[in-house]
Amino acid sequence: MATTASEYIGHHLQNLTYGKLPAGFERVDNYGNELGVLSEDTWTFAKTAVEAKEMGFWAFHVDSLFWSVLLGVVFITIFRMVAKRASTGIPGGMQNLVEMVVEFVEGSVKDTFHGKNDLIAPLALTIFCWVFFMNLMDLVPVDWIPGLATAVGIPYMKIVPSTDPNITLGLSLSVFMLIIFYSIKVKGIGGFIGELTLHPFNSPNKMIQAVLIPINFLLEFVTLIAKPISLALRLFGNMYAGELIFILIALVGYAQLPLHFGWAVFHILVVTLQAFIFMMLTIVYLSLAHEDH
Amino acid sequence: MNINATIIGQTIAFAVFVWFCMKYVWPPIMQALNDRKKQIADGLDAAARGQKELELAQEKVLEELREAREKAQEIIELANKRSAQIVDEAKEQAREEADRIKVAAQADIEQEANRAREVLRTQVAALAVAGAERILGENLDESANSRLVDDLVAEL
Repeated sequence: MATTASEYIGHHLQNLTYGKLPAGFERVDNYGNELGVLSEDTWTFAKTAVEAKEMGFWAFHVDSLFWSVLLGVVFITIFRMVAKRASTGIPGGMQNLVEMVVEFVEGSVKDTFHGKNDLIAPLALTIFCWVFFMNLMDLVPVDWIPGLATAVGIPYMKIVPSTDPNITLGLSLSVFMLIIFYSIKVKGIGGFIGELTLHPFNSPNKMIQAVLIPINFLLEFVTLIAKPISLALRLFGNMYAGELIFILIALVGYAQLPLHFGWAVFHILVVTLQAFIFMMLTIVYLSLAHEDH
Repeated sequence: MNINATIIGQTIAFAVFVWFCMKYVWPPIMQALNDRKKQIADGLDAAARGQKELELAQEKVLEELREAREKAQEIIELANKRSAQIVDEAKEQAREEADRIKVAAQADIEQEANRAREVLRTQVAALAVAGAERILGENLDESANSRLVDDLVAEL
């Protein structure tokens, strides 16, 4: 465990990273003890933030992925169980809850998306539940699982996947790929390129139009790129900030109990709201991708 | 907070979960929901139909009740009429019987009176004869007297 406040916070915000350290890298732990120089490229867990940074792009946040997949499996298991036993009779407790969520998502999709697409609704359901579960991990007291992990020798353990920008970007980039896929599928390549270059300014004069195309492209391209970036950063920012406040509250001794409770109650709102926003914006973006101007 | 290959892992996981959800979660739940919706609609329809049938049946019941009441009224009237008739007949019979008895009694009385009168007449004749004998102090010719007395009696 770290000792000072900044070390404590730093420890809590560091992901468990698995990646490749280059040959000749000097390993130094958090306390400045030299651990020796690597003689060859080594795949290993990063012991410090510096090492994690050194691993570059081809590294994995094992904790984020583990919790994210675990929560996804939890979601899938619950819903699959209910789906398997789904009956037209009087629904029991869990079926009731699941049906409520499904109907809520279906209602949101129907309100926003008017085309016919069998992917949107399950996609929205997956996003809503999965993001909700990932956000919900924020309510687990910040020291419990990292403390347990430290006790069994795992240096870092960040249990809220949505406080990792990689996770939120993974989601939003998938959505982005779907946006592009459906844009091209519905409007064709020409239509998609036209959408990027012929709006918002156009002119009947070919010369002026030629000048306007780069301007349009710049504007529309930024708009397009802003969608996945904002989607990912909104969720990440909200959850990261919330997590950070939990960590700060955890630093104030026994006074943390009422503070923690208050923030947790407030955070329930954020957790649900962010999951809903992510889902809703996904539906809106995909619905826009389906619209032909 | 490094951007790294975690993105790829997450994307793959996401794709798998969405695929699974689309394939094995969403359709059966929607199926169940739609089926239930249909069942409820059918149930409501059936309830409405039942309600209508109930109303019809109630109308029919009222109708039959009214008919039955009318019939009962008729029967009562008939019975009343019949009873009045019976009473009248009985009265008539009683009157006739009374008349008959009265007539018979009168005849009896008359007969009795006649008989009494006859007896009286014979007794009076005997008395008259006895009185006359005593007055005259002698026996009169029985046959002539008898004729006389008979005449007398006839005059009574």
